[in-house]
Amino acid sequence: MLTRDIDDGILTVTLDGGAFNEIGLPMLRALEGVVGDLTRDDVRALVIQSANEGGFSAGADLRELHASLTSVDGAPSELLDHALGLFDSPRTAARSGVSALRNAIRRRDVRPMNTAKVWGVRAFLDRVHRVFDAIDAAPIPTIAAVHGVCFGGGFELALTCDIIVADKTARFAFPELRLGLIPGFGGIPRLERDLGNGVVRDILLSGRSVSAKRAHEVGLISQLVGEGHAGKVAKRLAQQTTRFDAHTLSVAKRFAKPIPLERLAAEKDQFCELLVRPTVVEALTRFVESKDAMPYLPGARAKRARTTPS
Amino acid sequence: MSAPTKETVIERLFTLAATRFNKERDTLNASDDLFDALEIDSMQALSLLTALEETFNVEIPDYEVQDVRTFDELADVVASRL
Repeated sequence: MLTRDIDDGILTVTLDGGAFNEIGLPMLRALEGVVGDLTRDDVRALVIQSANEGGFSAGADLRELHASLTSVDGAPSELLDHALGLFDSPRTAARSGVSALRNAIRRRDVRPMNTAKVWGVRAFLDRVHRVFDAIDAAPIPTIAAVHGVCFGGGFELALTCDIIVADKTARFAFPELRLGLIPGFGGIPRLERDLGNGVVRDILLSGRSVSAKRAHEVGLISQLVGEGHAGKVAKRLAQQTTRFDAHTLSVAKRFAKPIPLERLAAEKDQFCELLVRPTVVEALTRFVESKDAMPYLPGARAKRARTTPS
Repeated sequence: MSAPTKETVIERLFTLAATRFNKERDTLNASDDLFDALEIDSMQALSLLTALEETFNVEIPDYEVQDVRTFDELADVVASRL
């Protein structure tokens, strides 16, 4: 899913999972493995990049999300197992009320089932937020080196970093509204931390992708570089930061980059409320059944129109 | 300086697309289905969009090209932004 390499004080995390570095459970587990490295004495800066030709990351693993919401319909005990599997430990599951769900299943009470589906996804979201918050608040400078597609959860991961370096092929988008959802990995609070709200609303409400050039103009990207150079430039930038006193760097970062904890929690709540609406499962089903890797991109709809008999 | 005509846009579009996707420039026609003519998928279409924005120095929201099928239709979208 990813590789980790520490060289001269710089931890380089290279995403390398699946077709588009989708963030599902396997990628989440791999990212959880990075968290401990952020406070190592020999790590002075972090660079996150992608080995995937198509880009940084296309976002959350929507096929996995679809499965979470549909595959256990009518099979409460499987749902329980599935939900339990999303927690990082039995203790966390217990704290979140697993016994209440177990009792409901014993009573053959189906009403909590919808709640339980969301509850399982929420457990997943909680883990994503813990990792993303840890990267956001890491005591070292963090840099995302972006090329190509940087959508949804991938965009949200990039936004956890202090600085985004992108090559001119990069495109950023929140396509979640096409699925009847909003970003759920902290994207809105982190984007509004960095940009004016007018730009945030444009990106969020239109679902459109913005080019690296435009992202640079509005201040989302700090450094815009030639095609294929984002990783190298990000490492040189990371190297530059290691010349400064580590404690002063961490103080400067904390001062310049507050973590919007309340807004992050509120976004998660809103996401989970939207998740139970039939619109979401319908949109996810269309996505899963599409032959196109990313059916919301230009061309996919025109292609569908050509192949669908009128 | 006046904005380029649609004909100029189509000509530059042909040149850009042919170079980018290794096609013979003279085999492309305005009414061609650009996905078939260039044999591209949605990911490549996204890279074409980025190249168009750079070439014409415009911003083209992808929802505007969501239903575009031909070079002619694409040129209309680009021309409307010049």
